Amino acid sequence: MAEEPYGAIVVGAGPAGCIAATVLARAGIDVVLVERGTTAGSKNMSGGRLYGHSLAKVFPDFAERAPLERLITKERISLLTADSATTVEFASTKLAGPAASYSVLRASLDSWLCDQAEEAGATLVTGVRVDRLMMTDSHVTGIVAGDDEMPAKVVLLADGALSLLARRAGLIGEPDPHHYAVGAKEVIHLGEDVVQDRFGLAPGEGCAWMFDGHCTDGHIGGGFIYTNRETVSLGIVTTIGDLGHSSTRVPEMVDRLRRHPVVAPLIAGGEMKEYGGHMALEGGYDAVPQLVHDGALLLGDAAGLGLNSGYTIRGMDMAIESGRLAAEAVISAHARDDFSAAGLASYTDLLAESFVGKDMRFSRRFPSFLEDTPRLFTEYPAVAEQILLGMFVVDGTDPVPLSRTARQALHPVGIGTVAKDAWRGLGAVDGRTSFATRMRGGDR
Amino acid sequence: MNVEAKLAVDRFTVDEDEAHITLADTSSVPRETLELLVRGCPGGLYRLTDEGTLDFDYAGCFECGTCYVIAHGTAIASWNYPRGEMGIDYRCG
Repeated sequence: MAEEPYGAIVVGAGPAGCIAATVLARAGIDVVLVERGTTAGSKNMSGGRLYGHSLAKVFPDFAERAPLERLITKERISLLTADSATTVEFASTKLAGPAASYSVLRASLDSWLCDQAEEAGATLVTGVRVDRLMMTDSHVTGIVAGDDEMPAKVVLLADGALSLLARRAGLIGEPDPHHYAVGAKEVIHLGEDVVQDRFGLAPGEGCAWMFDGHCTDGHIGGGFIYTNRETVSLGIVTTIGDLGHSSTRVPEMVDRLRRHPVVAPLIAGGEMKEYGGHMALEGGYDAVPQLVHDGALLLGDAAGLGLNSGYTIRGMDMAIESGRLAAEAVISAHARDDFSAAGLASYTDLLAESFVGKDMRFSRRFPSFLEDTPRLFTEYPAVAEQILLGMFVVDGTDPVPLSRTARQALHPVGIGTVAKDAWRGLGAVDGRTSFATRMRGGDR
Repeated sequence: MNVEAKLAVDRFTVDEDEAHITLADTSSVPRETLELLVRGCPGGLYRLTDEGTLDFDYAGCFECGTCYVIAHGTAIASWNYPRGEMGIDYRCG
């Protein structure tokens, strides 16, 4: 006798999977959440900032209950050369409130999210690697783990950026290296008071810091520091398709950041608690695959939902929203007992109308702007350094007008190139679309 | 602190019976691809030997997928996640 199929199986207990399982369980659907790690979060790593707005829709009181590290009230962006950092800092109590973001560590955050799914009534299975999807023709009918088959009416794939299951089932194609970035990170223990003293923070408040330039040795990408309660997360992210740019290896990029003269004193005496690596999404809107299939949906990183706009880097808030909306679509599919791609299609519509679709469409040109503008990671940090040295160095030599210093600094790049890059960059940040895209009517 | 020392701080449950990533015969794979693997792996687990062959140790793998994206089907013959409960076990993440 064939086993009765589950109402839904969710693969992957990260933010997308845990939220989907929670919302499905709340609706009374028998849902199984399958995680290959010993515990939820034990396979997951991120830079470390969660924008809380989408989580608040599912858990309005998450800020009091979830294991958050620090509320981010200080933003820094630095252009790095080997010797210098040109930094913009914005600190504001207005960064708190409804738009709040938090530094997080995934082992504890994902565990908490998973606990919420279990409390809502989801069945959790940990330590099980799903090997492939059960298929009847092109319809996904469950999962296979070792010798065990688990049939389900629908499978929600929240199995991470690589989404091996979707690839093996032919739901998505082979990955494009230009659509993925590799991240590496150290978690360094300093102690609560030291974190606050060195970064100038009130108790419970934190700093998010992006670095462009020296640390990635000219590769597309950048460095980051997020202050946690007792530790700091320090790392880099770089586009895989751009690794040919120089011979610097990813682990060395992390070292270039931690040894930088502006960074080194901030982590001096710290004890490294963990070193890790993970993939992130860089392709933006145009790299999002088909998200709805017969009997299956793609969520979170597996769905290509990530956004780098240069000064904000996001994934978790989108994963959470996709988890909630995928669950909504599955709930309505249950009501109609239609789990075909057509029956699940409301997920795509809900996602397109949500902030996920809007923000990703808005920033769709940013990935290609980064790829087409290597100067952002090489010449421009040096230009900033040269101009500011001209302003701040007093050494008894003849005075040079600032305008000439600036012209000299910009000369190797060319004023025309700078103006063009600025225009294109502002356009990409601004969500301005190219004339060709507008003509196609591809962007609204 | 070199990358080997960093990996020593992490918690891994190494699957001694099953390598989750296996290399192909790389003699006909462009050297450029092999260099990308050496460069891209955050664990520094790929090395080019003096003879120009590729050396890889799956024991310190973060299961990130970077090498899959670079070389699945060329230098990499098979790529899977480790069996359940095996592999990296992040305590911070």
